Amino acid sequence: MKLYNYLHILFAVCCLNSFAQQTPANKQTEAFTIVGATAHIGNGTVIDNSVLIVEDGKISVCADARTTKVPYKGTVIQADGKHIYPGFIAPNTTLGLQEIGAVRATNDTREIGTMNPHIRSLIAYNAESKVVESMRPNGVLIGQITPRGGRISGTSSIVQFDAWNWEDAAIKVDDGIHLNWPNSFSRGRWWLGEPSGLTPNKNYATQVDELNSFISNSKAYLNGSQDTKNLQFSAMNGLFNGSQKLFIHADDEKAITDAIAFTNKHGIKEVVIVGGYEAYKVAELLKKNTIGVLARRSHTTPEREDDDYDYPYKLAKLLVDQGVLVGLENSGSMERANARNLPFQAGTVAAHGLDKEEALKLITSNTAKILGLDKQLGTLETGKDATLFISEGDALDMRTNILTHAFINGREISLDTHQTNLWKRYSNKYKSN
Amino acid sequence: MMFVMSFTLLAQEHFPKNDGVSNENTNYTAFTNAKIFVTPTQIIDNGTLLIKDGKVVSTGTSVTIPKNAVVVDLSGKSIYPSFIDIYSDFGVEKPKRPQGGGRSPQYDSNREGFYWNDHVRPEQNAIEHFKFDGKSAGDLRKAGFGVVNTHLQDGIVRGTGSLVALLDSGNDADRILDSRSAQYLSFSKSVKSNQSYPTSLMGSMALLRQLHNDANWYAKGYSKSKDRAIEAYNANKNLVQIFDAGSRVNVLRVDKVGDEINTQFVIVGGGDEYERIDNVKATNAKLILPLDFPDAYDVSDPFLASVLDISSMREWNQKPANPKIVADNNIPFAFTMHKLKGSKDFSDNLMKAIDYGLDKTKALEALTTVPASILGKSNSLGSLKNGAYANFLITSGDVFNKNTTLYENWIKGSKHVLESMDVKDISGDYTFTVGGNTYDMSISGSPSKPKASVKSGDKELGTKVSYDNDWLNLAFTSTDDSKQEFFRLVSRVTDNPNLSGKIIFPNGNESSVFLQKSNKEADNKSDEMASGKDKEMSKDIVPITYPNNAYGFKTLPKQETILFKNATVWTNENDGILENTDVLIRDGKIAQIGQNLNAGGAKVIDAKGKHLTAGIIDEHSHIAASSINEAGQNSSAEVTIEDVVVADDIDIYRNLAGGVTSIQILHGSANPIGGRSAIIKLKWGEDASNLIYKNTPKFIKFALGENVKQSNWQSFSRFPQSRMGVEQLYVDYFTRAQEYDKAKKSGKPYRKDTEMEVIAEILNKERYISCHSYVQSEINMLMKVAEKFDFNINTFTHILEGYKVADKMKEHGVGGSTFSDWWAYKYEVNDAIPYNAAIMHNQGVVTAINSDDAEMSRRLNQEAAKSVKYGGVSEEDAWKFVTLNPAKLLHIDNRVGSLKVGKDADVVLWSGHPMSIYSKAEKTIIEGVTYFDLERDKQIRNDIKKERSELIAQMMEAKNKGLKTKPIEKKEKQHLHCDSE
Repeated sequence: MKLYNYLHILFAVCCLNSFAQQTPANKQTEAFTIVGATAHIGNGTVIDNSVLIVEDGKISVCADARTTKVPYKGTVIQADGKHIYPGFIAPNTTLGLQEIGAVRATNDTREIGTMNPHIRSLIAYNAESKVVESMRPNGVLIGQITPRGGRISGTSSIVQFDAWNWEDAAIKVDDGIHLNWPNSFSRGRWWLGEPSGLTPNKNYATQVDELNSFISNSKAYLNGSQDTKNLQFSAMNGLFNGSQKLFIHADDEKAITDAIAFTNKHGIKEVVIVGGYEAYKVAELLKKNTIGVLARRSHTTPEREDDDYDYPYKLAKLLVDQGVLVGLENSGSMERANARNLPFQAGTVAAHGLDKEEALKLITSNTAKILGLDKQLGTLETGKDATLFISEGDALDMRTNILTHAFINGREISLDTHQTNLWKRYSNKYKSN
Repeated sequence: MMFVMSFTLLAQEHFPKNDGVSNENTNYTAFTNAKIFVTPTQIIDNGTLLIKDGKVVSTGTSVTIPKNAVVVDLSGKSIYPSFIDIYSDFGVEKPKRPQGGGRSPQYDSNREGFYWNDHVRPEQNAIEHFKFDGKSAGDLRKAGFGVVNTHLQDGIVRGTGSLVALLDSGNDADRILDSRSAQYLSFSKSVKSNQSYPTSLMGSMALLRQLHNDANWYAKGYSKSKDRAIEAYNANKNLVQIFDAGSRVNVLRVDKVGDEINTQFVIVGGGDEYERIDNVKATNAKLILPLDFPDAYDVSDPFLASVLDISSMREWNQKPANPKIVADNNIPFAFTMHKLKGSKDFSDNLMKAIDYGLDKTKALEALTTVPASILGKSNSLGSLKNGAYANFLITSGDVFNKNTTLYENWIKGSKHVLESMDVKDISGDYTFTVGGNTYDMSISGSPSKPKASVKSGDKELGTKVSYDNDWLNLAFTSTDDSKQEFFRLVSRVTDNPNLSGKIIFPNGNESSVFLQKSNKEADNKSDEMASGKDKEMSKDIVPITYPNNAYGFKTLPKQETILFKNATVWTNENDGILENTDVLIRDGKIAQIGQNLNAGGAKVIDAKGKHLTAGIIDEHSHIAASSINEAGQNSSAEVTIEDVVVADDIDIYRNLAGGVTSIQILHGSANPIGGRSAIIKLKWGEDASNLIYKNTPKFIKFALGENVKQSNWQSFSRFPQSRMGVEQLYVDYFTRAQEYDKAKKSGKPYRKDTEMEVIAEILNKERYISCHSYVQSEINMLMKVAEKFDFNINTFTHILEGYKVADKMKEHGVGGSTFSDWWAYKYEVNDAIPYNAAIMHNQGVVTAINSDDAEMSRRLNQEAAKSVKYGGVSEEDAWKFVTLNPAKLLHIDNRVGSLKVGKDADVVLWSGHPMSIYSKAEKTIIEGVTYFDLERDKQIRNDIKKERSELIAQMMEAKNKGLKTKPIEKKEKQHLHCDSE
């Protein structure tokens, strides 16, 4: 690397660190009560005039204020006309793993190699990322930080977005292993004179076989004495004892069908399909195997010329209609910065036919269930973590997604960001002119 | 099998001869009793063709045959002029790309003393690279060709071609008919040089225009230095100019360039002309058409087949009808073997075109008279008129019938035998007895290459046959499978239908044998016909639509008079948002806005509960273009996106579904000075030229920052590499353009330079700049440079740090067209904030929100809504960010951008509030024509399902009939962005 470039990047990194991030909020010490708001529970129900009490980081009461009379506790936040939502969850994201798309030095999203279950996203997660911080004013408060690349990309962890460091941030460490299922189509090796277009992948069977072999070897290793340590094989243990989920990134009908047969063959119980562009075609199979889908971002263009113009908008609805458990994920081009638009992606699904509260589930309770977080997150129900926010209006519509308060485990977090700071700074500049 | 009679060739009279006595042959050859196609339309039955010295002497029914004539009786046979291919690379090897070369782009040329651009190679002459290729010549003769025009298929200007007769005997002195027969051109670069420019189709087009200017300048003697390429170009000017376009859309582009440089090109098409035949016809160009019809896809795996689009399947279904459609439209065309592997493909596909309805006379013209006339050689080639070269085919009958045998291909009076006329046809069934066993033998196939099968009872025996010079050799296995033993049979074929000869037993014994021919010949023939028919496909051609893909129109939609009743109307004018209001559109304009309007004859749409707005306008789009960046130079003002608008892009339809009606297709951001824009309306179904706004202000893209200094990839040799350099580049170009403009206005001769013309238009306030920009320093800089040269920047696009200098922007008078919330993708967008639009707007800057993205552009209503969230802009103003304000920035607000009586009826009917996340566009109307309608879209979904199954069934049928298939290809939609090449 040329010195010039090196200095350039060094400069970039220094700059990034020169702005202080928002300071994480302290642990909740006092109870508080939110009164009068429309509570969107996240399980499909709405309470028009609610009372919600938070104690020790948990929701202790969430009820209809008109029918349930409970004594308010601690500070009372009067929220008439406002809306409360459970914190939105962004699964399958690289937030905190890269700060600036074009600056390689900031990139910690992928490792070389093919079978990388031992690669763990959590330790690279930058809790002080300015991009992560920008999620919060839109209500996105939790993310599944997921590595990319390879056949098995690595192991993800689930974090909350108001933390000093990655240990602080972690909600669920090493929750799942991510597998990129072989593509049905592959690109010609143009440098060998083959046509560069996508044609049926001749190596598909071989690639699936490599996976079979890797799983079988992992199992054999784990059954053995493990005298000679193998990091890759041992990292697979959670899949077999059910403590970790296998997230299979697959889009087409055939790939999903093959992937499910593969997991059944190897006795992998906890499986999620990520992407699932054609998942609705195998809805019965998904239901039979109780496999949830993290559906590809709705803000995307249809893959094929013939596809309905609104196909990506309604993909999640097609799955919900058939009784499949489905959440929304946002991987793809500019995935980190645009993760804050997750609520509007859910709103877009509602525009194209899904009930609004069902659409809300795509980024709250359904995702929590898929990630195995539903005991503590995803709805505004008693006993769950007080990770929630208050919005001036409908949080799935950009005009009214205006947050006044946000809480993570009952801690009231700052809604300021690098961006709001600049906004204020320059607004003030012009005011004083 | 090939006999060449060299004696008919002319000896080269001035050459000394030391190997014998002089043997000049002055005999005539007369072909009698033949059906003679003197031309495709002048046909003589039972006539005589008389030739001498390689030329036709006469044809007719009463030709006097001189005494010194060799007479060939062709009773029952036909004579056709042999075929001509004028787009060939016969005997000229395509150059290979030299190995190596750095990863950093090369901006300069390799050559000295030639044009500055290595891809302009008019000085190349095919003749200097020509080496007669006997094998290919044989294959071409087999397909019926006698003469080809060959050239070096490399470069944008490729130099001259040569006309070559495909004689096997003699030498190049006999073969080369014309060593400078045409000049060839294309849009593709030479492989001999890595020089970057042009990296795009629009760059190739610009290069050809500039070359024309430079050649004129040179011809007038103004050039100070010697340029051998331009000299060659000028010398080639009067030749026929043959341009390889390669596709229907490029045919139109070639013709456009041709019109501008006063050249009518002969254009090599793509075989897809049928998709918009009227446009192709309007070029008045003669075409050269390849016959490369696609094979069916192998659709046997339904999973894989599901990725096929209707447009690719239609290509297979419709393309064989192209020659018929071109012919029916009276567009003159020649055929070429270009893109085909060999004579077999050519003959098969030619027959296929005829099966699909191509008239045989037109087909023959396309292979004879038309190519001859294109080259200006109608007197000597393409017909059997007196004095023409004796280039002709002798056939057993109709040359376009599958069962016809091509016997001989005569070129310049020299015979090439393809299939001996003397071969006795032995096909039929025979019975013979050997050693007490009776055998049945069946002979089929072509007369000279028969196939044989031998049976004993029902048992089929292994059989091998050869037939040569009247000798039949047959070997067949014995009935005992356990042994490896053969019977061998030889027979000299005579005029007697029965065969007799001898048979050699496995043990070496011999005996005579007699093969009795049965009389069932006629039955066999009809069987064969039947099995031949089996291979034929049903030709159910699906309808062509505009554009020719799943969402195209079968007939273009018409302008309507429409009355919207009781809508919520977002006027974008002083009236603001009107509830329960009627809007009447008529003659493509907004005719009336008010309460209780009279419908008259208008179509009434009940818009109660719905919202009617002006169509969305995207200031920064890269959809609907085949290239976006000309990255070969740091200034590319000479290129224009108008050259490369793609009317068939599915993203147009998808944008309409998002309520978008007008867009500016901007050049990319590869260069500080980019290319000119195309401002278009999304009139789905119309052709590219009808999309482009006429008589509107002109625009050019500029760019600043990381992209133009090439920060994010391996390129270190191009100026500028820093923002400091960017400023100086502008000062340099503007200064030069000033000087250019001064020279131009002085009345003295000046070298016409498109790039300088365009930059001078900026200085003369005739062209506006939309500048890609991010950080405040560079934004400030460009305003200062503009002020120094006494003009204003019109628009900063992206302008992500506009909020930091909004006051300066206001003062300068520049508008800002920004992203709603993009950031963090590059270092220079580190300080991008979603409040940018609000702050600029609050400071009085005309502010728009744009997409730069094919996905986001179909949700620009949502992007506008984000300004309500980020910075609290009022809904009415936020809505203007994607309608009226971009119209103002593009200077088209006199026509579009608001609902005002007299403006264009470019309107969208929304299911609800236009900025609600829950709303969708129900109808998108441009100038009173409904281009998107949710109801029609629903209908199309059913049609797609039906047509897909129909086409897949046809492809299954093709595979079952044993026709060739190819693997499925998954098409990828290339979404172009600023950074796209």
